[in-house]
Amino acid sequence: MSINDKILSQISKLARLDETSTHNIQEDLNRIVKMVDQIQAVNTQGILPQSHPLDLPQPLRPDQVTEADQRDLLQTLAPVVEAGLYLVPPVIETESEASSE
Amino acid sequence: MMYTKTLTALSEALSKREISSVELTTMYLDRIQQFNPELNCFISVARDFALLAAKQADALRAKGETGPLTGIPIAYKDIFCSRGLKTSCGSKMLDNFIAPYDATVVEKLNAANTVLVGKTNMDEFAMGSSNEHSYYGPVKNPWDLTRVPGGSSGGSAAAVAARLIPAALGTDTGGSIRQPAALSGITGIKPTYGRVSRFGMIAFASSLDQAGVLAQTAEDCALVLKAMAGHDPKDSTSVNRVVEDYAATLKSPMQGLKIGLPKEFFESGLDSNIAKCIEEAIQVFKKMGATFKEIHLPHNPLSIPVYYVIAPAECSSNLSRFDGVRYGYRCKNPENLYDLYVRSREEGFGAEVKRRILIGTYVLSAGYFDAYYLQAQKIRRLISQDFQNAFKEVDLILGPTSPITAFKFGEKAADPVSMYLCDLYTIAVNLAGLPGISIPAGFANQLPVGLQLIGNYFEEGNLLNAAHQFQQATDWHKKLPSVGE
Repeated sequence: MSINDKILSQISKLARLDETSTHNIQEDLNRIVKMVDQIQAVNTQGILPQSHPLDLPQPLRPDQVTEADQRDLLQTLAPVVEAGLYLVPPVIETESEASSE
Repeated sequence: MMYTKTLTALSEALSKREISSVELTTMYLDRIQQFNPELNCFISVARDFALLAAKQADALRAKGETGPLTGIPIAYKDIFCSRGLKTSCGSKMLDNFIAPYDATVVEKLNAANTVLVGKTNMDEFAMGSSNEHSYYGPVKNPWDLTRVPGGSSGGSAAAVAARLIPAALGTDTGGSIRQPAALSGITGIKPTYGRVSRFGMIAFASSLDQAGVLAQTAEDCALVLKAMAGHDPKDSTSVNRVVEDYAATLKSPMQGLKIGLPKEFFESGLDSNIAKCIEEAIQVFKKMGATFKEIHLPHNPLSIPVYYVIAPAECSSNLSRFDGVRYGYRCKNPENLYDLYVRSREEGFGAEVKRRILIGTYVLSAGYFDAYYLQAQKIRRLISQDFQNAFKEVDLILGPTSPITAFKFGEKAADPVSMYLCDLYTIAVNLAGLPGISIPAGFANQLPVGLQLIGNYFEEGNLLNAAHQFQQATDWHKKLPSVGE
């Protein structure tokens, strides 16, 4: 299952990485895919996936606010802020952009 | 020489008033100034901060308020948030990031009155086995300046090896403490998953990452690990379980200890000179009363492909937060939001990080998720089961940490997969979440060789005990590279 141009374009968009640049590493990616493809041959019927090494569930806590408001401190790290808001360039959604989401 | 003393010996020297923390810290700061330009193991050094902390430690000592780590200089892999200090994760993406809070492990070691000296170099976002993938340039192995120290905790390993710091924290996701410890001739421990809090430790692969210690000896690791381990409500994967006094059980006798030798760790691909060192180490353990038997970890060869599905998948999710909006690198003059994201990430991330994000995105994407991610997680369970079957017959597992000794810069650059194969003996331990330690066990090709011990869940005490006993019977851990003399 190698990464062809169409798949590369799709995953580059999903990963928000530049497609020209990712095209340059397509060969590297396919070397990695070839290596990981070994897992396809393994019979895992009846085996449950293991996402937590100790199979522990997510612990729960009371639904109470415990975090302090640190907006001013944390926004000292932001590239562009104004009135407590993070500023980004305008989002101009065209049809083609919308359909690639 | 004072700078060659172990952390344990320094703790004693401090308590006997043979040296003050300010004097000790100054000595290490001067050594870092002298040797870091060559070795490049520190990304940032916090001189004033460190001397202030050292002064405070000395003041506490004058009042009689001390613990085993009071006044001990320590360094942190630059993946741990340290309040008010640059925390770069080895990446351009965070080159401008000043952490607004301390990671829990930093908080705990500060509470033990250690002295934070600086932040060590690392493969970018902890992705690598050579420390060649850092935005800040490669780290050199103090044993041979043309070779890598291992990675991703290469800076921490080289700093301890060159005796620029008595101990440094690292992280281990696929071997990134144990492998650089082996290649640099020092001791490094990765605890059980969940033993140490990951709060404030920049995430790479959340189900695999664990913080640990690099130092000269198991005894040193025991002291630091005790102080940094424990439940943290801010890390929902940290386990609520009492932290043992690892130092107290270091001297337990090894008579009757059953050690397993996985057939899969001694097959082709292992440098025969490394195999010789391990064979000699086995004889040392036998003389101490341990018995050995062959065990099987039949799914171990699959650990690399499984890891290179799971780790990239988790990293693609974790690194999606780096978007140029709230912190970190932002590209200049973005035209629109999409351009902001793409160019910030394109310019901020290095090649290995991009490779892994893309692989991760691929294996999680619709149509591929079942075949890759789900399949990998199922094999992961099989890998864990292999270890549990082995631990029914043995107490510990032993083998080489790395199939090769430190390689030359650029040697594995042409094919990323060739780098991945360095982690053949370490990766399964992360997939299963078990604790593992690497200790110096000799030299092959005039380069350090590491021996790995793997224990069952939360048996760090047994690992440290076996490692300590080996270090009482051998002196590999006392050998010094010529750089740093």
